[in-house]
Amino acid sequence: MDFLRPASWEEALAAKAEHPTAVPIAGGTDVMVEINFDHRRPDVMLDLNRIGELQEWEVTEETVRLGASVPYTRIMEHLRTELPGLALAAHTVGSPQIRNRGSVGGNLGAASPAGDSHPALLAAGAEVEAVSVRGTRLIPVEEFYTGVKRNSLAADELIRAVHIKKADGPQQFSKVGTRNAMVIAVCAFGLALHPETRTVKTGIGSAAPTPLRARVAEDFLTAALEEGGFWENGKIIPPAVARQFAELVSGAANPIDDVRGTASYRRHALGVMARRTLGWTWDEYRGNERTQSCA
Amino acid sequence: MGVTRNPTNITQGSKTKGGLGESTLRPDGTLKVTGEFAYSSDMWHEDMLWGFTLRSPHAHAKILSIDTGEALATSGVYAVMTHDDLPAFTKYGLEYKDTPVLADGVVRYHGEPIAIIAADHPETARRAAAKIKVEFELLPLVIDEETALADGAPILHPNRDDHHADHVTHPNIVHRQPIIRGDANEAAKRADIVISGEYEVGMQDQAFLGPESGLAVPAEDGGVDLYIATQWLHSDLGQLSPVLGLPEDKIRMTLSGVGGAFGGREDLSMQAHACLLALRTGKPVKIVYNRFESFFGHVHRHPAKLWYEHGVTSEGKITHMKCRIVLDGGAYASASPAVVGNASSLAVGPYVIDDVEIEAVALYTNNPPCGAMRGFGAVQACFAYEAQMDKLAAALGMDAVEFRQLNAMSQGTIMPTGQKVDSPAPVAELLRRVKALPMPPEQQWLAGDAEGRSIDIRDLPGALSNTTHGEGVVRGVGYAVGIKNVGFSEGFDDYSTARVRLEVINGEPVAMVHTAMAEVGQGGVTVHAQIARTELGVTQVTIHPADTQVGSAGSTSASRQTYVTGGAVKNSCEAVREKVLELGRAKFGTYHPAWATAELLLEGGKVVTDGGEVLADLVDVIEGETIDLELEWRHRPTQAFDLVTGQGDGHVQYSFCAHRAVVEVDTELGLVKVIELAAAQDVGKALNPLSVVGQIQGGTTQGLGLAVMEEIIVDKNAKVRNPSFTDYLIPTILDTPTIPVDVLELADEHAPYGLRGIGEAPTLSSTPAVVAAIRAATGLALKRVPVRPEHLTGT
Repeated sequence: MDFLRPASWEEALAAKAEHPTAVPIAGGTDVMVEINFDHRRPDVMLDLNRIGELQEWEVTEETVRLGASVPYTRIMEHLRTELPGLALAAHTVGSPQIRNRGSVGGNLGAASPAGDSHPALLAAGAEVEAVSVRGTRLIPVEEFYTGVKRNSLAADELIRAVHIKKADGPQQFSKVGTRNAMVIAVCAFGLALHPETRTVKTGIGSAAPTPLRARVAEDFLTAALEEGGFWENGKIIPPAVARQFAELVSGAANPIDDVRGTASYRRHALGVMARRTLGWTWDEYRGNERTQSCA
Repeated sequence: MGVTRNPTNITQGSKTKGGLGESTLRPDGTLKVTGEFAYSSDMWHEDMLWGFTLRSPHAHAKILSIDTGEALATSGVYAVMTHDDLPAFTKYGLEYKDTPVLADGVVRYHGEPIAIIAADHPETARRAAAKIKVEFELLPLVIDEETALADGAPILHPNRDDHHADHVTHPNIVHRQPIIRGDANEAAKRADIVISGEYEVGMQDQAFLGPESGLAVPAEDGGVDLYIATQWLHSDLGQLSPVLGLPEDKIRMTLSGVGGAFGGREDLSMQAHACLLALRTGKPVKIVYNRFESFFGHVHRHPAKLWYEHGVTSEGKITHMKCRIVLDGGAYASASPAVVGNASSLAVGPYVIDDVEIEAVALYTNNPPCGAMRGFGAVQACFAYEAQMDKLAAALGMDAVEFRQLNAMSQGTIMPTGQKVDSPAPVAELLRRVKALPMPPEQQWLAGDAEGRSIDIRDLPGALSNTTHGEGVVRGVGYAVGIKNVGFSEGFDDYSTARVRLEVINGEPVAMVHTAMAEVGQGGVTVHAQIARTELGVTQVTIHPADTQVGSAGSTSASRQTYVTGGAVKNSCEAVREKVLELGRAKFGTYHPAWATAELLLEGGKVVTDGGEVLADLVDVIEGETIDLELEWRHRPTQAFDLVTGQGDGHVQYSFCAHRAVVEVDTELGLVKVIELAAAQDVGKALNPLSVVGQIQGGTTQGLGLAVMEEIIVDKNAKVRNPSFTDYLIPTILDTPTIPVDVLELADEHAPYGLRGIGEAPTLSSTPAVVAAIRAATGLALKRVPVRPEHLTGT
């Protein structure tokens, strides 16, 4: 196995162009597990840890440009206001040790349907900055996931950063696992209210071959909020609307039975999470929320 | 978390610092917490090779051919061995030798070892293993009682010659134990209510954190030195000797750092393989399983199906009990016969029921082999009988604790085996104690904020996964109590050996304690030092590494080591003390009449009378002498159970623990947070109160794991689906509740210091208490553990 250690981003791109099968590694929380369990034997590895810029982030007017290797711990500590959904998701990643090493770039590179950050990225709205020696492109996150553990990166591309829309309204993230910490999602759900555009966006994790948005549910809720004048009057969302939203979220999933849970439980749990997170975000929008403390 | 002590008729407070009753700290504690403890997997030897095991991908198949040529030709590979290369006897086993060292033309479970490789690097060994070509012919599977006993079922062990072969009703039954007492059918006529139920316990794993590992070093005399993490050195030795074709004195075993055991290290894992490769190559061979392989490398807790029927009068007295317990023993016998003995003889629970019909069997199947795990057959029974107790109480409209207390056994109760319980059995009192504890506050996730506007989601089901802020959350409270035997039962010669040496070093009396007891984390070495200090009145005690240069200590299991090896250390110390006093009488006897007339003790480095008068300095008495004694010690003998009636004084001692569980259940998502799991246990005498509390909390947590998450999932093809800590979940600290422990000390006059073995009892009642609390919160019947979200949501 060749272990390449580029000192700069340019060197990394050149190395990836020269070795298209090279597996990038930063925190190693996913790649090393696969290697240790003998699930993969890369011929070439590309160590990105010498590239400091990947550990940095930049907050602009509209977005946060999050370096691919920024560990979850930093997101929890520094980006709670700008990226509340992602910060909540970061809280549920593995153990403190894993959160000190793991990053959103790694989650995207692995493209596991169970990756914790995906539902939050989908709900917030995000673009993946994919770069190669040929140039840079921004891939909308919903187009990034192409199959189980597959993404739309070309063989010579690396993830440099993720551009995530700053929250313009309340966001929530919920994840079901069969223990109270350090657990892979049985299923997960992210919800973001976007008062500026009077829309809502969702993200479903671990309940289909790829992370996905529940678009029919989003459209239904967006229309229901608009028709009822809820954005202006701030009234409580009628239970029937919340129920319908929850059913549509359940229906958007395409889960399987596996050792972590049954398909029917996943559908059921997504509905419960959709209803609850809608309640929490809407309460917050109405200025009536309870604060959460968990640190 | 206070330790409550009751007055007891045994006073063993030591005047010597660090003696019995003190919470002296474990020597390995800080090292383990800081990551500096050397485990068996950390060993290293110059020029050592790495061993690797090729395992079966199928659960039942004939091996048509094995081609090792390409693997052997791999650069860096020193040896490849299959069944045909074994030098001597080819099988091993705890109770019967039915387990092939390497598959003998057939594989009977997923993961069975087929070939072993030694290479200069673990990766080389792994790659070579992948080059071994094995041709299989798949055979029909035995996966449960129906397929085991069906007409024309494959007979997994066709030529059995074990001592149970003649009395079992089918060759796929390892052992069957009925226990009949009184007349259950006649007694049933007195019942006003009869309740029956069917229960199921999933396959739990010991999930010790230190994987199987060891280092075998070939010796110049043709023997081998094995450094190994195990639970019983001499049992391993007895099984290795015929397999290696070496006399026992040519196999020198030393215990290396053990990272937990819980029963999973009673059977051999890599011991024979490492020794065989070392003897074959003439080089040291180290084998370390990774976590994936570890799930295939040791036996698990028997999954069980249990059918129970109880009758009760309208006044709440239990009239009778009938039960049938079917344990899945998997492909090889391991400890299945003894597990059957425990499950049947403890199936009644800690209750007075005079008329019983009990049957327990263990099956041979193609599922993973199952054997010893903390609680050992009593765990499965306790889950079922405690569920029955709650159902009976509910049917009567009685309080579940009062109903149990009304039927609780006590000292003098006759067990279904006919054995009289001849030491304290404070079952009702333990229940009273856990019930009397204050309840944790309601909705404690709001407790941090007077206005209730701040939520600590760590106190809610799902915790940081942020699944509820209180929605759907219902509290439930449940109780359970259990009974476990202590020590090896059914007539087994359950002895231990202790060597104790006393001498003067640098002007100070120093004792050395040498046993073969496997310290697996239970704290035995701490207790041995405390015993030696108390008995010999010395401060300095050295614990010799455990090895086979001293006689057997028996297994570190069955809650027995403090009792049995502790008893052996006490016994040897007493013999050493007699020698000291003989020396003293010879040297100083003429100076004081008390040498001849008084009861003399060793305390604080001096010989004293029982009145406290100092007669001599210990140093002056033993200066120039070394007292060094090795003695065996035995507890009271037990009897085998009659194979038809189950009658017999089969157990040494019984141990009791009660739990109260308080849970919060997210009833919509089916997620559970155990808020508090209070325990009360009679320990006879707490030799080290801190270790006692630690054992009770640990056992409680392991029982919680079985209640809500821990299960090896085996599919219809008898293949293990979740061999990793990603998918075999054990409790994290966020799953572990507050565990208040109330320790009762009612001495057992038959046991050393009045102590009672404690390690397993808390694992029994924890599981049913948690499930009872979940039932209380949800109103669901919940007949199976672990309880999954699907069971709670009907999905």
